[in-house]
Amino acid sequence: MRVMLVDDSKTMRNIQKNILTTLGIEEMEEACDGQDALSKVVAFKPDLLLVDWNMPNMDGLTFVREIRKSGNRTPVIMVTTEAEKERVVEAIRAGVNNYVVKPFTPDALSDRINETMAKAA
Amino acid sequence: MDAGDIMPFIASAKTVFQTMLATDITPGRPSACPLVPSFANDVSGIIGLSGDVVGMVVLSFPGSTAEKVVETFAGAAMPIDSPDFSDAVGELVNMISGAAKAKLEGRTVSISCPSVVVGHGHKVQQPSDSLCMYIPFDSPMGRFGIEVALKESAAQSKPASEAA
Repeated sequence: MRVMLVDDSKTMRNIQKNILTTLGIEEMEEACDGQDALSKVVAFKPDLLLVDWNMPNMDGLTFVREIRKSGNRTPVIMVTTEAEKERVVEAIRAGVNNYVVKPFTPDALSDRINETMAKAA
Repeated sequence: MDAGDIMPFIASAKTVFQTMLATDITPGRPSACPLVPSFANDVSGIIGLSGDVVGMVVLSFPGSTAEKVVETFAGAAMPIDSPDFSDAVGELVNMISGAAKAKLEGRTVSISCPSVVVGHGHKVQQPSDSLCMYIPFDSPMGRFGIEVALKESAAQSKPASEAA
């Protein structure tokens, strides 16, 4: 399975990479914002996207809207500090498949990944 | 705004440290700013708040505490003046602020991208027209503090007759 991590924080990307490694996922690509992710997503062809919301240059929600407009249906899990119900609804409407609120435990992220991929199968 | 609006920041700091660092932290008694802290700030993560509430959150550490906190959070020791160190501190204040703002009842608040200041004995000046509270914390890694300055935004403060 190929996973792209989109987060402006290298620390957070490393934490997520470690969790993905424990799940046996080895093929990963990183992007530091939505713009960077847009430039990499077509070539990398991820099976799953983990996307932060608040990022410079292009935020996560705008990135999700852009890829959905292009017809990309790759499952997206938003991994973000935005915890308000209205924000979750906004994300789902934009095309996000699942949601993890920071801070998160490794188990919480793992469960969301498994849940998302099971639904996508 | 009142002192009760600071409580979400205490709760979210405890949650962030427990969840991401597996560490229990103990808040001390909050007090009004300006305050001369009992330790010199060497590292501060700063986030701005905007929307129905405007303000600033500053997470400050002495150097020794910051190094231990970052090593635990990031999983590796790193130089205090490195971009990766600042990134880790920024992400901590990001999570603390993000979790807290969701608990500011009935108010829509956005947070900025974090900034990090590294320098011995620095002071981050809070706006003078905001409610500002300082919360000291104890932890196995050492002491640190969070300063929260908040005020209702101008639009929120207007009486209904003016706002219409």
